[in-house]
Amino acid sequence: MKRNKWMIGSAAILATAFALAAGARPNPALASSEIPASGATIKIDNFSFGPATITIPAGSTVTWTNSDDVPHVVSSDDNKMFKSKALDTDDHFSFTFTKPGTYNYYCAIHPKMTAKIVVQ
Amino acid sequence: MADFIRDNINKDGIDRRGFLQCMAWAGTGVLYSLHGGILKSLPLMQGAASGMDMAKMKGADFSFIQISDSHIGFSKEANPDVTATLQIAVDRINSAAAPPDFLLHTGDISQLSKPSEFDTAEQVLKGAKASRIFYVPGEHDVLTDNGQQYLDRFGKNTKGNGWYSFDHKGAHFIGLVNVMDLKAGGLGSLGPDQLKWLQDDVRDLKSSTPVIVFAHIPLWTVYPDWGWGTDDSEHALGYLKRFGSVSVLNGHIHQIMQKVEGNVTFHTALSTAFPQPAPGTAPSPGPMKVPADQLRSVLGISHVNFVQGSHSLAIVDSTLA
Repeated sequence: MKRNKWMIGSAAILATAFALAAGARPNPALASSEIPASGATIKIDNFSFGPATITIPAGSTVTWTNSDDVPHVVSSDDNKMFKSKALDTDDHFSFTFTKPGTYNYYCAIHPKMTAKIVVQ
Repeated sequence: MADFIRDNINKDGIDRRGFLQCMAWAGTGVLYSLHGGILKSLPLMQGAASGMDMAKMKGADFSFIQISDSHIGFSKEANPDVTATLQIAVDRINSAAAPPDFLLHTGDISQLSKPSEFDTAEQVLKGAKASRIFYVPGEHDVLTDNGQQYLDRFGKNTKGNGWYSFDHKGAHFIGLVNVMDLKAGGLGSLGPDQLKWLQDDVRDLKSSTPVIVFAHIPLWTVYPDWGWGTDDSEHALGYLKRFGSVSVLNGHIHQIMQKVEGNVTFHTALSTAFPQPAPGTAPSPGPMKVPADQLRSVLGISHVNFVQGSHSLAIVDSTLA
């Protein structure tokens, strides 16, 4: 695993180097293996959230994208903190987590779909 | 057609007097005949005696048709035109020599609760030769306004989120809502208010009254991993235990399943829009893709025949092929 990480890391550095050489601005997402403070993405696919658990720094915005052929509704377990409208295929929903904590959420119309966000 | 019947059929014969005989109401299907809580099924032969009408089955008092999961607004594989297949279903209903007394729609009328989707569904269903259509919502019908739009259009004069009951020719029909206020990690839910109402609703009924319950999500646990069940259905079934004949009609899973438990027969109907995989046979319960020329053979409607006095209910699942 360590070796793989190192290889991915060096590939990212290499890509950045090429980008710089080509005169483009470096992409922070490529330069770091950490999830950027600006955002994290979660894919909804086959009636599940992926990844099922993510850890993010406070202030991060999480964006969910529905890749299923059926609609899903992203909702905090209490149905109050955050709740998307029905997301059709390829629709997005974003929410910014400002306070540290563990936030469990689910699909309000397919409640077997559960996952969580850990905010540090 | 035998593929449509999934196990759990109790073959202990008790009283099969007056076993209903009818072949092929609309081409292909499976005939279910219930006598004293015992179910028997036999496959229908394609094209056999197609002129025969289920409503004229020996001793039948009345019939109605269950239609489900029309998902108007869905436009992906395997069905880019769900309005057309709903229209075919309506044409099938209208081709019967004797019209059914009414239709039951067991939910997921629309795909996304959009007004235009409900408009289209209403427009097509208006063409059905039936005096009335009774609805219960699916989770796709209550995606906006906490289901208010559904209530305004399809649930007038109902209680709570849209539950109600009515009597028809000696049978008591109960429409339940199990797609609202779902809890994380759980299944379908009826909720305490509705359960209380149900308890009161059946309190004064004679135990000999045939009871027919219809709701979107199955009221028995078909496959919890996919959410195919209802968390508090045990309570509802508890209130119905004393009745000699209880039939439970559901949709949601887009395939025919049948189970008999004591005096209760559970049955799920086909969709008119797209099929879903058998439990555990795919990574998820999402729409199943089938070749275009096979689509209509996995869509359908259920024709239910009621025979008073003998506690019998016959369900014929007909495909749209």
